Amino acid sequence: MIPEIGQFSLIIAFFLSLTMAIYPIVGSLLNKKELLLYARPMAIGQFFFIMISFFSLAISFLLSDFTVSYVTYNSNTSLPFFYKFSAIWGGHEGSLLLWLTILSVWTLLVSLFTKKLPERYISLVLGVLGIISSSLLIFTLLTSNPFERLLLPVSDGNDLNPLLQDPAMVMHPPILYIGYVGFSVPFAFAVAALLDGKLEKGWASWMTPWTVASWVFLTLGITLGSWWAYYELGWGGWWFWDPVENASFMPWLAGTALIHSLQVTKTRGLFKSWTILLAILAFSLSLLGTFLVRSGILISVHAFATDPQRGIFILALLSLISGGALFLYAFRARTIKDEGSFDLVSRESFLLINNILLIVSVLVILIGTLYPLFLDALGMGKISVGPPYFNLVFIIPMIPLSLFLGIGMHASWKKTSLSKLINKLSLLVLLSIIFGYLILDFTFGVSNFLTLIGFILGLWIILSSISKPAEYIFSNKLKISNFTNKLWGMTVSHFGMGIFIIGVTITSTYSIETDRSARVGDSWDVGIYSFTFDDLRSVSGPNYEAQEAAISVFNGNNLITQLLPQKRIYSVQQSPMTEADIDNRLARDIFVALGEPLGDGSWSLRVQIKPLIRFIWLGAIIMALGGLISISRSLSESVRNKYD
Amino acid sequence: MNFVYKFLSLSLFSIGSLFAIDQELAFEDPALLSTYQDLVNEIRCLVCQNQTIADSTAPLATDLKREIKSMIEQGVPKDDILIFLTDRYGDFVLYNPPLQANTLVLWATPIIFILIGVATFILILRKYTKQS
Repeated sequence: MIPEIGQFSLIIAFFLSLTMAIYPIVGSLLNKKELLLYARPMAIGQFFFIMISFFSLAISFLLSDFTVSYVTYNSNTSLPFFYKFSAIWGGHEGSLLLWLTILSVWTLLVSLFTKKLPERYISLVLGVLGIISSSLLIFTLLTSNPFERLLLPVSDGNDLNPLLQDPAMVMHPPILYIGYVGFSVPFAFAVAALLDGKLEKGWASWMTPWTVASWVFLTLGITLGSWWAYYELGWGGWWFWDPVENASFMPWLAGTALIHSLQVTKTRGLFKSWTILLAILAFSLSLLGTFLVRSGILISVHAFATDPQRGIFILALLSLISGGALFLYAFRARTIKDEGSFDLVSRESFLLINNILLIVSVLVILIGTLYPLFLDALGMGKISVGPPYFNLVFIIPMIPLSLFLGIGMHASWKKTSLSKLINKLSLLVLLSIIFGYLILDFTFGVSNFLTLIGFILGLWIILSSISKPAEYIFSNKLKISNFTNKLWGMTVSHFGMGIFIIGVTITSTYSIETDRSARVGDSWDVGIYSFTFDDLRSVSGPNYEAQEAAISVFNGNNLITQLLPQKRIYSVQQSPMTEADIDNRLARDIFVALGEPLGDGSWSLRVQIKPLIRFIWLGAIIMALGGLISISRSLSESVRNKYD
Repeated sequence: MNFVYKFLSLSLFSIGSLFAIDQELAFEDPALLSTYQDLVNEIRCLVCQNQTIADSTAPLATDLKREIKSMIEQGVPKDDILIFLTDRYGDFVLYNPPLQANTLVLWATPIIFILIGVATFILILRKYTKQS
């Protein structure tokens, strides 16, 4: 009964979202005001029924209803409670439902927090969100129904993929999706402006908080994913340029570009059509990412052909939503005029550089990710494009980006005197180079040129960010009370970026990664640390059996910690899982993973020392925090307005 | 062509995590060690889901690592080891795709994009500085 309620609600939601899509758009074309008024109630109704549907699936999982095919394939009676819940998004169908649920929440928020905006415009925004929602709903209902029943009942389920049975994986998909799907809001704002034929004054300011909020979630989602890969996949890497990772990174880069171009549009009224294009691009990349990950095409292009209905539907959806938006853009972009000018040395000019470099990096990642698929599909050979390629092509735009980032922050709008800028920054440049070299030399030793460049750039961004509020504190003309939340946001985010760059640079150069075999009683050294294999024992979990090694770590004669890495066998899927154990400090991680038994009582072990790897995730979290600070004012204002 | 590829693959930009050291497979000579590290970090483990053989503990990856080590010890140059591996497993085994007919577009596009980026910057800048 409950799955049927879920499915029926999904059908109702489809019709509501279709109404939300058609009525406002037709209403604005025919100038019929009464049709516009349908948008908000439909947004609320859609939210209500998609929620019912989502919770129906949740209940089916919690009750282990194995008459539902999706539950059978992704759950098991012995699965712990939390994972039964997170198993909702353990497969394709449920992920789509999560996607829709999050979209309905964003749509509801747009309808609730935009009461002061022009009715016609907001109705169009909701109409565009309705188009997205209804097309994904019909896709879900026709090709990926999570409520489908099994013809023959089974006694127990196939269990959730053990890789996903992890706390970070409970959080990662929803947070990532909140970011991904959130980009539908700036997309809708942009497309609604194109449909409307005119840009309302304040349009860019309305769009900014939604864009930044989505970006904050996307940043945190990617960070969680990277952290999870680091400790769960068992090889100690934090980024592999895997297509799945790239699928989330491309919208992030485009969203970052969008946030920066929005500043120009908001402050100077320039780059309007470019900002619209970026908003379309950011969400299109999110859609592409969702489908790349979920269609199975990444594992093999032939997976696309085994289920042609899904594949063709996906292509149709992408061309309808993104193609439609671009088509509209091609017609209307010309009518959008920018009034104003700026100098070569100006904030606008640096933000333009930022946008161009970010979009170049999106495009090279896109080509690198899709190229092997196209080649295979065209029968021109099977190739791999991996870290060596991506590191090379990504780092080329990133070096000038980091350099100009520090300068751009200190440039003023419209025109900056070059000599003043040089006066202001030459000391910082000098400090970054000297301290960069000295610090690196004293700590890790300068071993290669690129590492030195990376470290200096990271330091340069940090110093340049800190000097921004410092300038307000120590200046006679400026007051720190005038340092707005927006400026704090910028400072904090860029500071985080500097921390991130230092983390990446140091970890990728100075990590010590070793594989060895050892048996109980063995001792060995890695870097400055000594390791002793104390014990090996069997441990039982709720749905797995594990071998657990106890390995003591010493620095000289001081015991630092005892690490307990496990090799788990999950009872249902019988797949072995590596659970690494990590001693983490801000300065370094000691990572130990238990490999395979080698027969004679010895085990293969992976022991790694990773200096400053925490800076990578810490930097990303600081970036997200900066985003949050920059919109904190608009957030509190909109909540206050709501309850006035 | 070959020269360009060599330049790209040897270029100082290819950072990655190049410092994987296999204790049991350690080399005395640091030059050989770095050749080994370069190799295992750009060879795909064919039985894994998108992992290098350096990262993988799968038996096939371990065997391949041992094989690469013995070739290096016998003095086989890096390029010849790569040829040996591609002859056996195809281009799919290389994470650093070689420059050849079917990867021409892949390697050319980043350069083209950067050029387009620079051109775009100049064009946009001229448009906005002219207005004043």
